[in-house]
Amino acid sequence: MEAVEHLKDQYEQFARDLGSAWPTGLTERRRQAIDRFGEIGFPSRRAEQWRFINLNRITQTSFRLPQSFNGFGAPDLEKYSYEGCHQMVVVNGRYSAEHSRIGELPEGVIVGSLAAAAEQHPELVERYVGRFAKFENHPFVALNTAFLRDGAFIYVPKGIHVEQPINLICLGVPEAEPVAFYPRNLIVAEESAQVTVVEQYATIESDNGGSGVYLTSPVTEVEAGANSTIDHYKLQRESIDAIHMATFQIHQQRDSNVSSHSISWGGGLVRNDVNAVLDGEGCESTLNGLYMVEGEQQIDNHMRMDHAMPNCNSHELYKGILEGKARAVFNGLIHVHPDAQKTDAKQTNRNLLLSKEALCNSHPQLEIFADDVKCTHGSTTGHLDALAVFYLRSRGIGEEAARSLLTYAFAADIVERIKVDAVRNELVEFLFRRLPKGDVVRQAV
Amino acid sequence: MTMLEIKDLHVRVEDKEILKGLSLTINPGEVHAVMGPNGSGKSTLAQVLAGKDEYEITSGEIRYKGEDLIEQAPEERAREGLFLAFQYPVEIPGVSNVYFLKAALNAIRKHRGLEEMDAMDFLTYVREKMKMVQMDETLLQRPVNEGFSGGEKKRNEIFHLSVLDPTLAVLDETDSGLDIDALKIVSDGVNSLRSPERAFIVITHYQRLLNYIEPDRVHAMVDGRIVESGGKELALKLEDKGYAWLEERVAAADAAAASGA
Repeated sequence: MEAVEHLKDQYEQFARDLGSAWPTGLTERRRQAIDRFGEIGFPSRRAEQWRFINLNRITQTSFRLPQSFNGFGAPDLEKYSYEGCHQMVVVNGRYSAEHSRIGELPEGVIVGSLAAAAEQHPELVERYVGRFAKFENHPFVALNTAFLRDGAFIYVPKGIHVEQPINLICLGVPEAEPVAFYPRNLIVAEESAQVTVVEQYATIESDNGGSGVYLTSPVTEVEAGANSTIDHYKLQRESIDAIHMATFQIHQQRDSNVSSHSISWGGGLVRNDVNAVLDGEGCESTLNGLYMVEGEQQIDNHMRMDHAMPNCNSHELYKGILEGKARAVFNGLIHVHPDAQKTDAKQTNRNLLLSKEALCNSHPQLEIFADDVKCTHGSTTGHLDALAVFYLRSRGIGEEAARSLLTYAFAADIVERIKVDAVRNELVEFLFRRLPKGDVVRQAV
Repeated sequence: MTMLEIKDLHVRVEDKEILKGLSLTINPGEVHAVMGPNGSGKSTLAQVLAGKDEYEITSGEIRYKGEDLIEQAPEERAREGLFLAFQYPVEIPGVSNVYFLKAALNAIRKHRGLEEMDAMDFLTYVREKMKMVQMDETLLQRPVNEGFSGGEKKRNEIFHLSVLDPTLAVLDETDSGLDIDALKIVSDGVNSLRSPERAFIVITHYQRLLNYIEPDRVHAMVDGRIVESGGKELALKLEDKGYAWLEERVAAADAAAASGA
């Protein structure tokens, strides 16, 4: 395949340019990853995990590595800045110290560039990078690992609570030709540590005469040490020309508590793989998501929850709102290993179709190899309840506003679970903007 | 002026004719009770008045305040002062009862050329109305009807009625399933809302309600038509004798009409 060869060639150039800047272990890992990518290539439509997503926009585009890691001003960044947060900025895959604003941090906490950390703390970076996000069977994790160069690194030592959320803004700045970049983020919380991370993906629109097309293919790995607490929020709000192929990989040690909230409304073609491995007893794991797509947007959420040890709880709630000719895929697997007795796992996917042409493929799955567990899953896809619309209209609310109000209500339980005010407000404001008669909704909720 | 005039109304759902020539006239200030056996079309009448679109009106007319009601969307009817208390109020998770009411009231006020109410004024106004139906304040903040008991849902309907201040209120079996205490609260609420400008259609299955809400007129509905009208003594007669005598009369009349044709 031409696209695969192109990327392999690109890798050789990339590896030469990079030289020996990174620790040896990672250089080898990168080489293994590109070799593996050469073997597996891009998946065909027959591949089970990629069945409902059309990757032509990737395989038929010749992406270059980005040349520019700036090209915007502070005002462009402002709308993604949140008050009371440490701000990290990654531009086209490279950490930008210039735009980052890190406040005072407790002793031992490291917040900064992954590339810098690889030099200053090679033992930490080597220990965790690529340990849980496996590239062997995933083309985009393989590409991300092969082109691994920079991203955000967040390290919280034992017993430390980082009180202010960390706002990690990953920007795409399109160039004249389509570019692809591969941010790699690593979040490590040691025993009894606590941290909240907001990970935003956004586009700086530029008028450089290009098509605005770019591919961002991030991998974020989370290592939750024993008894640690990590709350993670992802806001995917890129431009409609952006392609987003992301993997979020969580590894939890005993008694840890991780929550992930994945909010996605941007991008033309979006894939989110979210995988959690509960690798110690007493883990609590929450994976929530809300995706809103319209026009010809495609979004594919693939989840895998591995209950590897006994007495862990997991909760997954993903909701989708589809309009126009949008397509959404939900594929959620709960895998309970033989030792994972007393597992309590719950998975729910609900989809609201606001148009006749929108389409959703929802596929929840359970694989249970232990005998004393409680696992439930459910999936619904449907239109707005006509009776509820009538009820609201009978009280004087116009039809459009009634539909918007019910759509908002559909999303409300995801909204309410967001604990970071800035993120919640951002989402609420987005809904008011997106929904017709948003002013009535604003008044009624 | 007549508040509501229904003339020879025929309504069907899919292939089934449910209302078969219903006529009814209501003047401001009046309370009309509509009684009838299951399947006689009482709830259909209520929903047609509110504008539910799954019903097909094949002939007849409905005039509300002199205007053609059939042409109006449900929200237009509401803004013109028509209110339906649902037999089965709908749960709306995620929409708070009080904010929803504020949006509804302001939509109605806007339509009437009144200024929208701000949050403070609205809260004062709403608290006053709550007392009337003895609603717990926590039910204000909760999502509309979600997790409400049957009685709470019915009381919430009367609460909405009092806040939205309609000119014609249709109560669709609001008394069904209520215990005597809840029934008294609902009835007291309705009675306190009676006024020379406002009319009520009280649809009920049980005469008991009419001990608390005294109607001006009672109508017996059988097979999609009003077949007998009278004062409140008709309710007692229906309680006593049931509907069989009316059903027989209708069947005989239909048979005569059929053989005559």
